[in-house]
Amino acid sequence: MIEVKDIHKQYGDVVALEKVSLSVKKGELFGLIGPDGAGKTSLMRILMSLLLPDGGSATMNGLDVVTDYKKVRLITGYMPGRFSLYPDLTVEENLKFFATVFGTTIQENYHLIKDIYQQIEPFKTRRAGKLSGGMKQKLALSCALIHKPEILILDEPTTGVDAVSRKEFWEMLKRLKEMEITILVSTPYMDEASMCDRIALIQQGNLMSVATPQAMTKAFSEDLWVVRTKKIYPTTKHLGQLPSLVSVNSFGQVLHLVTPKGMHNIGSITQFLSKNDENEISVEPAEATIEDVFILLMNNRNSKP
Amino acid sequence: MKTREPVITVKNMVKKFGSFVANDNLSFEVFKGEIFGFLGANGAGKTTAIRILCGLSSPTSGEMKVAGFDVYRQTEKIKQNIGYMSQKFSLYEDLTVFENIRLYGGVYGMKIADRKARTTEMLERLGLTAYENRKIGDLPLGWKQKLAFSIAILHNPKIVFLDEPTGGVDPITRRQFWNLIYEAVEKGITVFVTTHYMDEAEYCDRASIMADGKIVALDTPLKLKEQYNAANMDEVFLKIAR
Repeated sequence: MIEVKDIHKQYGDVVALEKVSLSVKKGELFGLIGPDGAGKTSLMRILMSLLLPDGGSATMNGLDVVTDYKKVRLITGYMPGRFSLYPDLTVEENLKFFATVFGTTIQENYHLIKDIYQQIEPFKTRRAGKLSGGMKQKLALSCALIHKPEILILDEPTTGVDAVSRKEFWEMLKRLKEMEITILVSTPYMDEASMCDRIALIQQGNLMSVATPQAMTKAFSEDLWVVRTKKIYPTTKHLGQLPSLVSVNSFGQVLHLVTPKGMHNIGSITQFLSKNDENEISVEPAEATIEDVFILLMNNRNSKP
Repeated sequence: MKTREPVITVKNMVKKFGSFVANDNLSFEVFKGEIFGFLGANGAGKTTAIRILCGLSSPTSGEMKVAGFDVYRQTEKIKQNIGYMSQKFSLYEDLTVFENIRLYGGVYGMKIADRKARTTEMLERLGLTAYENRKIGDLPLGWKQKLAFSIAILHNPKIVFLDEPTGGVDPITRRQFWNLIYEAVEKGITVFVTTHYMDEAEYCDRASIMADGKIVALDTPLKLKEQYNAANMDEVFLKIAR
């Protein structure tokens, strides 16, 4: 399990993490969700003992990440955001290297990586630098797992990866979770939140909310409407003028309109749009997604003095 | 702003690296003023095709015209008539906002008076006037991406190529970025865009999906969803690319 208490990190004037506290339970698949520059990597590097915090403390399975850093490294597996295996070594040599560094062998823990490694094993004599993006990702995960870590920290493993490979990767994580490995994973893709047991929404060094994905969307404090229109851009502009509007955003083929609780109904919105000569539209109430929650919390934060 | 006037014409485009076929006989057209989505899994051959269309790489065979110019013989003309922006490289981090604009204006051969007028207007619209002398490296990612896009169309190109322009950007900025795209389209600029966000695929007028070097589907998002019996573009993509 991971315990983070009041962790603070600053680079010059820039506050990367502002007194962040968080606890991840044993065997939990926990998602850290936020855009680039939110502080995800700083937090993970502190937990991995690769970066010293300016304040606060953190423990991994009870071990302090500053004073017990050597022990922390033995029980954790880490996949950094940037591909950081040895490009000149082959697939197999990389894996063997990481096993040896941790005093183990590929054979001893093969069962842990079998599902993942089998997919790249046909290419085991290929140099790691020559692998495709999806294969590099599988090799990096195998290398992070080969010493049988208790905690796995994955920094944006699916960034820049296509939709198909992203789905496959999350399926692999679910299988690892069944082996009782605690997993902390970060991602800028809001739609991946539902794959996690619990998530934290992070923005500008602050955790805006921590909960299960279901609880987070249930707790959405405003009314949300799905508006279908043939002309997304003009309709967005019109809805921007709606009285007491909270926000209007495009979500793929539809618009998500957010209004204060109890302020509007289907009739009042339809009527407003028909005044603007928009008649070929439909409005219906809907449940919020994690992306809606993120946008709402971000707007609330920005509007604070 | 949509027309049927082609600004990109690709006929039987083939690109081989040794025995590996990266682009296997691609044929398609992009029309003036449309948002054309160029989708596909990693390694499907998208980047190779974009590099050829931007005049940065030579095709093995096929006939291609971009903004009316031939990709074999008129690559310099092509470069003058297009804009390009990617997630990985867009602006020089060590130069200020102003210096980046001046550099790109110069590279595209803009007249000084033109550049100055457009710079003022652009910075005002983006709300960045006060940050003119800030180094790019000190700006948040979302600002950088919006600025990079505005600079890519500063010289009023016929076509702008966007290679994963919104990767890692927060959800609000991502939508503001698409508003900039719509504004560019209203000015008659054609947008050629790649993305891994499938909700963004819905915003395209037409989208193509590549797999193993071939274009396996090309139509409006609505028609693609009908054809593949899918609720959204994410499902279409999964059905094709898997």
